[in-house]
Amino acid sequence: MMDCRPEQVVYMDNNATTRVAPEVVEAMTPFLSDFYGNPSSMHRFGGQVGAAVRKAREQVAGLLGAEPEEITFTSCGTESDSTAILSALQSFPDKRHVVTTRVEHPAIKNLCEGLDSLTGHKHRVTRLPVADDGTLDLEKYREALSDDTAIVSVMWANNETGVIFPIAEMARIAHEHGILFHTDAVQAVGKIPIDLNKLDVDFLSLSGHKLHAAKGVGALYVRRGTPFVPFLTGGHQERGRRGGTENVASIVGLGVACELAGANMEEENNTVRKLRDRLEEGLLKAVPKSMLNGHKTDRLPNTTNISFEYVEGEAILLHMDRYNICASSGSACTSGSLEPSHVLRAMGVPFTAAHGSIRYSLSTYNTEEEVDFVLEKMPPIIAELRAMSPFWKED
Amino acid sequence: MWEYTNKVQQHFLHPKNVGEIENADGTGEVGSLACGDALKLTIKVDGNEVITDAKFKTFGCASAIASSSVLTEMIVGMTLDEAAKVTNEDIAERLGGLPKEKMHCSVMGREALEAAIADCRGVILPMAEGEVVCECFGVTDLEVIRAINESSLRSVEEITNFTKAGGGCGKCEDRLREILIATVQVVPVDQLQQEKPKRMTTLQKIKKIEEALEREIRPGLRKDGGDIELVDVDGDFVLVSLRGACTSCTKSQTTLKEYVERKLRELVLDTLIVEEAK
Ligand SMILES: Cc1ncc(COP(=O)(O)O)c(C=O)c1O
Repeated sequence: MMDCRPEQVVYMDNNATTRVAPEVVEAMTPFLSDFYGNPSSMHRFGGQVGAAVRKAREQVAGLLGAEPEEITFTSCGTESDSTAILSALQSFPDKRHVVTTRVEHPAIKNLCEGLDSLTGHKHRVTRLPVADDGTLDLEKYREALSDDTAIVSVMWANNETGVIFPIAEMARIAHEHGILFHTDAVQAVGKIPIDLNKLDVDFLSLSGHKLHAAKGVGALYVRRGTPFVPFLTGGHQERGRRGGTENVASIVGLGVACELAGANMEEENNTVRKLRDRLEEGLLKAVPKSMLNGHKTDRLPNTTNISFEYVEGEAILLHMDRYNICASSGSACTSGSLEPSHVLRAMGVPFTAAHGSIRYSLSTYNTEEEVDFVLEKMPPIIAELRAMSPFWKED
Repeated sequence: MWEYTNKVQQHFLHPKNVGEIENADGTGEVGSLACGDALKLTIKVDGNEVITDAKFKTFGCASAIASSSVLTEMIVGMTLDEAAKVTNEDIAERLGGLPKEKMHCSVMGREALEAAIADCRGVILPMAEGEVVCECFGVTDLEVIRAINESSLRSVEEITNFTKAGGGCGKCEDRLREILIATVQVVPVDQLQQEKPKRMTTLQKIKKIEEALEREIRPGLRKDGGDIELVDVDGDFVLVSLRGACTSCTKSQTTLKEYVERKLRELVLDTLIVEEAK
């Protein structure tokens, strides 16, 4: 079944998920085989596993500039997001307003959309608009805050464009108004230096599989003293903040991934940024009628989202797949819905361009040879599809 | 990821007959850039009405390109009469099948072929003679009946997958169900596929919201010299832009939430959230 081997692919879809680092696999393995004890048990066989979870908590806290007891392990980024928002709404039952943005990941977008039916109470949701380059207007943000705002939830970095929002300032503004602040930092953790001790952030979500740990593990940072209502109620695991026996191996792996990210971030970012820029500049130069989606500098170092006009994203991706190049598209056909990406639409990207958008997201495992390979293959793919397009006029 | 047959992949990766015939005898154009797929088919015929050449240009996904390519291959050598009998099922079959959500790509091929044949003969498309049931995509009852018979369709959802009818505002769904029942009389009604209630599509929402705005909301705003325009619908979020006196009105936010949102929830869908466009 697995006939597409990892060594064959040029993997540029790291915002979808990442390769598990070999160091992470190595750290996880003992907990999938020999050390299967329950961390809550009284015997030493389980207790030593509990110690491994404690260490992982310290490693995650270390990367974020947080205290270990401010970290709660969850099953994914989505769970962390839901936990934060629903906790805030339950902590302040008379506040029924949420401020967020129009470009959030579905984990936040669809949660906010369904708040009324989920909670049985009527809510007001303000979604801040973005400019054409995907950035926010802080004046509009200030205006949106009101006495009845329970929580602000703004992603740190956008998964489709990589655009970074000014979280430090936005969190400070929220606190000036006495409002809780959550950030979905799933794409930011490991790529942007974060020091929560110095920030007014109350909740932060992260997900293991975006930073070279395993799928199915995430974490939620909850600032000390912040009112908290659990999402999963059950046993006393995670000090009662999240019931359910711990996903020990993945948690241990997440700890190692965080430590690795912290140690190598600057160096890796520089390498990845160089590769990304080489790819981006090369593509924009080699392919006419191509354009960058999103702010050029306020952006993750690994992401570039480029629209190739007059061609359709699914067709592009399948041609790339022929050369084992992995990426994503914001086109309608790839999602199975009838509309292109809500992020690109919020940015006012015209339909002609949104249908033909490709997101390349790199990692430290990419090489210059791979970038050059993609640069060699992309222009003919686009040219071939355009030659077939009734809308393309050579000029 | 879609499951495409080898044949689809072949025709997608190595399409046959790409291009446009100069001085074509017949041209058929269907679809649009905004819809996400479009096809321009050109054909050449000899004195005996035999198709001697066919070329296509397609904007769209793999199945749209593959359907166009295989179609040109199929029709070269056919007379116009023979080509007129080619159905979308024939196209899909030649490809070894298409995912059901992509069946409309094969229908697009058949439609372009019909248009090209009609153009060749200088006649108006016979399909236009039927009664339009789906206004959003301009689909007639004859086309729906034809699709039901040719492809043995048994539910409204299938009709939408094949013809796009009902995929827009959805107002014609009841009518489509009537046509379906009338067309497949032999099958007892209770054996038709049970359908679960569908979520409203964005187009359906837009249509209903526009109606509600026009009928119930604009008259009130206009009395005060204001106006409102629908900008976009994204899931349950309704983006509107206030006009005229509303823009300078200090109560505009209250108007949006207390009046417009409440009305829309009442008239269209009780989960809608109204917000002002940037
Ligand atoms: C910004 C953002 N938030 C949340 C998520 C969801 O994370 P998970 O897959 O761990 O639930 C993702 C992953 O795609 C993401 O990119």
